[in-house]
Amino acid sequence: MDKQSKIIEIIGRVAGQKIAPAPDESLFESGLLDSFTLTDMVTALEAEFAIRIPDSDLNPRKFDSVARIQAYLESRA
Amino acid sequence: MAWLRALGCYLPSRVVDNAELGPQVGVDPAWLLHATGIEQRRFAAPDETVATMGIRAAKDCLEGAGVSAREVGLVIAASGSGEFRFPGPATAIAAGLGISGTPAIDLPMASAGSLFGIALAASLSRDYGDVLVVASEIMSRVVRIDAANRDTAVLFGDGAGACLVSRDEGLAEIAGSVLASDGEFAEALRLHLDSPLHMDGRTIILQAARKLPRVIGELLERNRIQAADVGVFLLHQANLNLITRVAQALGAPEQRFFRNIARYGNTSSASLLIAATEWWRDGGQESEGPMILAAFGAGLNWGAILANRRKSA
Repeated sequence: MDKQSKIIEIIGRVAGQKIAPAPDESLFESGLLDSFTLTDMVTALEAEFAIRIPDSDLNPRKFDSVARIQAYLESRA
Repeated sequence: MAWLRALGCYLPSRVVDNAELGPQVGVDPAWLLHATGIEQRRFAAPDETVATMGIRAAKDCLEGAGVSAREVGLVIAASGSGEFRFPGPATAIAAGLGISGTPAIDLPMASAGSLFGIALAASLSRDYGDVLVVASEIMSRVVRIDAANRDTAVLFGDGAGACLVSRDEGLAEIAGSVLASDGEFAEALRLHLDSPLHMDGRTIILQAARKLPRVIGELLERNRIQAADVGVFLLHQANLNLITRVAQALGAPEQRFFRNIARYGNTSSASLLIAATEWWRDGGQESEGPMILAAFGAGLNWGAILANRRKSA
């Protein structure tokens, strides 16, 4: 599974539904994520990609779309 | 160390339920309850001020413990919703208690103010004796109640709490504290002088859901206590879901987290002391095990305090 597919799988898991968001679709505006599922998603991303996301990076805008999440993860690679 | 000697609170009499507030902010009352876990909140009367409410809470605290205000060596007042840029309410609270010559300090920190106040009081009690920590907020005057601001309008309520911290005696000994601040997200929760409260809820929840369990865990680890062995967790009543997340992150039974947000909403700095007072008067006196007090708020500021109940003979 490629990185984007893993991200979508994680979002679907925390949102509790099967999803297929466009890469640039806002996950908040579309209702897929809220304040608490965002927190769950960040925790799941840390586990899946074996990274520690520092508090200073915990800006919701960095995680507002699949593309932004992917860009963030690649910046940490 | 120092002791938590007495607790008290004051809630304004006017109850504002979701049936009243929902239409004002353009949402269904049932949705409002589902989304926030808040059934009602209290709003201060027009003639009430942060200081007058603080005085009521302080008197409740002192009178309940049979302590004269003249025994108080220092007043610390926490509020983020004071009526003036300065002075803060501390001196007016002291004057209202008849101890206007007693030093009085303001902590304009909002939600974490009472927790920081207790931690400071625990240290300052060595020099000042009994320290009265008061937290009072009139949040209904710093939010705008309309549809455009409903995310904040529905969350907050008014109230005041108080706690007497003593050098020598009390209901629980303060065993330690961890305080923390992070200015990187200062813009996420702020109150300008001439506009309503601004809150970036996603950032605040995301930061709080990480920082609160971490700081509580750090305090417990320092004191070699397991989360499951804590008798009660008294948290700032910001959000029902947040409290649940903190319990899950710590692996502690959720029923040990006292909750009264459904009745009062988020009363900012006052909420921790209102919760502590209600818990204490509603069976807390019979409880066993360590107490954890914790709060998170604007700044960002957050922290936790460990207090151990006096063991019965």
